[in-house]
Amino acid sequence: MSDQDTGAEREVTLHYYDGSERKALIVDTEVPYPDGKLIVSRTDPQGFITHANQAFVDMSGYSREELIGANHNILRHPDMPAVAFKGLWDTVQSGQKWQGFVKNLRKDGKYYWVKATVIPNIRQGKLVGYTSVRRKPSRSKILESEALYATLK
Amino acid sequence: MPHNFTVSPDFAPDHMSGWFYFNTWLQRKLGVDIHLELYDTFEQQRMDIRAGKVDMIYANPYDASMLVRELGFKAVVRPVSKRDEAVIVVAADSPIATVEDLGAGTRVATTADPDVDTIGMIMLEPADLDAASVQKHVYNSHVLIAKSLLNGETDVGFVLKQSYDELSDLIRGRLRVLVASQISVVHHALLVGPAMMDRFDELRDLLVAMPKDEKGVGVLESMEIRGWEPMSEEQTEFMIDLIDTLID
Ligand SMILES: Cc1cc2nc3c(=O)[nH]c(=O)nc-3n(C[C@H](O)[C@H](O)[C@H](O)COP(=O)(O)O)c2cc1C
Repeated sequence: MSDQDTGAEREVTLHYYDGSERKALIVDTEVPYPDGKLIVSRTDPQGFITHANQAFVDMSGYSREELIGANHNILRHPDMPAVAFKGLWDTVQSGQKWQGFVKNLRKDGKYYWVKATVIPNIRQGKLVGYTSVRRKPSRSKILESEALYATLK
Repeated sequence: MPHNFTVSPDFAPDHMSGWFYFNTWLQRKLGVDIHLELYDTFEQQRMDIRAGKVDMIYANPYDASMLVRELGFKAVVRPVSKRDEAVIVVAADSPIATVEDLGAGTRVATTADPDVDTIGMIMLEPADLDAASVQKHVYNSHVLIAKSLLNGETDVGFVLKQSYDELSDLIRGRLRVLVASQISVVHHALLVGPAMMDRFDELRDLLVAMPKDEKGVGVLESMEIRGWEPMSEEQTEFMIDLIDTLID
């Protein structure tokens, strides 16, 4: 379990990059990443979800219907600094592969850590969207990321 | 000039004869000469692929990426319900209970199969292990991996899930699965290159109908493949994108 797993509950207002906001319940309880699985999603060029595999549905706590068409920031956890996502978008928009550790927010307010890799999907030379594949992170990387992100908020 | 066909050199040799029956069946159906060339190593095969000596290939998903994006190949079909999954195994009496128990210097028994090796290494990441912090021992078959684990020469082994399931009960009983991948979207595929592209539709239709063909059924059985399903370009691209995220 991570240091942030205290079981505490709070309601927060999440502020997104585009100026929108939503209220969300935050439960400081970690859900362990399932061994051997990859969590896969794809988005259109604007970051709206177009595909989610079963592991994504299971871990996020949302139904597939709720996920498809939603902005990918539906998973944004308030403990994640905005600068991490700016790095993600700057990297993939310049055509590069982005890799990083992300704390994700589930529908039930709990969280899970992933090691994510995001790449642009190029078809006939054109950008058609992005794919993200997550795998199980090591405990030491989670602790490192928790410490780092706390200083970036 | 006959066309050249080859098969990814990554699985149990007992199924090899099936590919010769397959090639005979296909030549009759298509009415063209096809030469089946088998390779002992991935390196040799890749050299010939790059030299333009291959027109059709049953490829592992890693090579599919190079074939499609660099050499103009297209995936025709994939085997029905056959996915590339890997297991990390230990000797049954090993003190290692979870991947996280492993540390730097872990001795890993693996094969040259890029598929299984990549998936295996990803499953070691939760223990902070990477290529630099493990000692790899490369073997020619999953049976030799099992032996090295049982002899205590290595600590963990990477094995194709299907090959693990095919080990004898006796050997499997002395091993234990530490973790099994459940990726489900990575698989082998049959691809054709530019020289055979004009037969693409015909080939796909033939292969999809293969289980209904009198001789085709027996050939499929000898290859241990249930049948084939067509692959769209987008399905192929999706798989390649996914693999891109797994290799650094
Ligand atoms: C393919 C792809 C996958 C993404 N996956 C996640 C994710 O799992 N969790 C997350 O918080 N943000 C993810 N993002 C980033 C979000 O689009 C978004 O930038 C982030 O949640 C912060 O929200 P905001 O930019 O609206 O403030 C992903 C973006 C892309 C392109």
